Amino acid sequence: MPSLKSFRLRIRSVQSTQKITKAMKMVAAAKLRRAHEQALAARPYAEAMDKVLAALGQSFKGTGPKLLAGTGSDKVQLLIVATADRGLCGAFNSSIVREARRVIRQMLAEGKAVKVLCIGRKARDQLRRDFGSLIIDTITDLGRPRLSFGDAQKVSARVMELFDAGEFDVATVVFNRFKSAMTQVVTVQQLIPPPPPAQDSAPATTGGAIYEFEPDEADILADLLPRNLTVQIFRALLENAASFYGSQMTAMDNASRNAGEVIKKLTLQMNRSRQASITKELIEIISGAEAV
Amino acid sequence: MAKVSFRLVMPERELLATEADMVVVPGSEGDFGVLHGHAPLISTVRPGVLEVLQGNKVEQRFLVVGGIAEVTAERCTVLADEAEPFEQVTAEQLADRERVAQEELTDAATDAERAAAQKNLAIAKDLRRAQAYYASR
Repeated sequence: MPSLKSFRLRIRSVQSTQKITKAMKMVAAAKLRRAHEQALAARPYAEAMDKVLAALGQSFKGTGPKLLAGTGSDKVQLLIVATADRGLCGAFNSSIVREARRVIRQMLAEGKAVKVLCIGRKARDQLRRDFGSLIIDTITDLGRPRLSFGDAQKVSARVMELFDAGEFDVATVVFNRFKSAMTQVVTVQQLIPPPPPAQDSAPATTGGAIYEFEPDEADILADLLPRNLTVQIFRALLENAASFYGSQMTAMDNASRNAGEVIKKLTLQMNRSRQASITKELIEIISGAEAV
Repeated sequence: MAKVSFRLVMPERELLATEADMVVVPGSEGDFGVLHGHAPLISTVRPGVLEVLQGNKVEQRFLVVGGIAEVTAERCTVLADEAEPFEQVTAEQLADRERVAQEELTDAATDAERAAAQKNLAIAKDLRRAQAYYASR
């Protein structure tokens, strides 16, 4: 039977763990709210961008620059795996990495070359073992103190650099789409070339009018496409940030609850053992008295 | 008079959404004013000053950097890389920015860095010129 003191020590240690997880849960909840607001605030820009792109796509004839039409091949795939730098967030990182592994295996099975660009320390740490030779670069420490458009620009600049150097044909990003604090959906989205827009985006808003372009379409496209890439990456990073905090909040909530249960169980055991020792002493005294 | 619904959005947030009588946008091929019923237009935006007019009065000014303007008969949307209310930017800030860009250009090691620094410097110079011009008006 463990001593009373060891019980007390264990309870105290679990209590301090619980304090930490509770605090982390609060912090994650506050940050989740902020990340969610940020994601909402970024929406008008992305929507307006989509509209302009749709208008351009309708009036632009010809094949367009490589960034829009692709290189005409899909031999070399770039996979951007976006995770967080830190853990303690439930299955957030592992679910992204699991999906990334599946995609990589599938691509390799199809006989394509795969290059991996990791965003976040966890992607690199978890993929290094299986696909270490495929990882070409890792970008970490994004979003500190908060995620900015500049962070997305850093990533897209790297991607553009690789694309201009002809390092890959198709770029795809894996990230977690935020649904709610409880559920995040792992999403695989192709960035380069962008998937064709949905067919229902007819220019109803302009009354069927055709836009004038200033300067011409090709120049605007050349300006717009890298920008669109950045916006898409920014959106993915924002969704990821919100998912991360949502996942962390849930995980820490569970941890706090588990700690509570452990404390309850330990307290019960401690009280039992205390009573047992009291009873034992009483028996000893009584039997001693009887013997006299 | 019918108004145009004007929106100024940055990647991170929407800066302004309002009904205006006229908006003057610094297009890359010259400033253009947008009134209700403007022909549909998509234009790139150069670094400069964007004006929102109510009646004949300039109500708000913004310093904008780069981006795209989309104009239809009823609305005008400007997607800016950066935008800030004109009054909140001082000449010193812009001079600082120009100096930093100049230093970056001197320190640039690779061609890509040099090109980026040159672009930044050009933007900073444009902004300073625009700021000086409008501040004196």
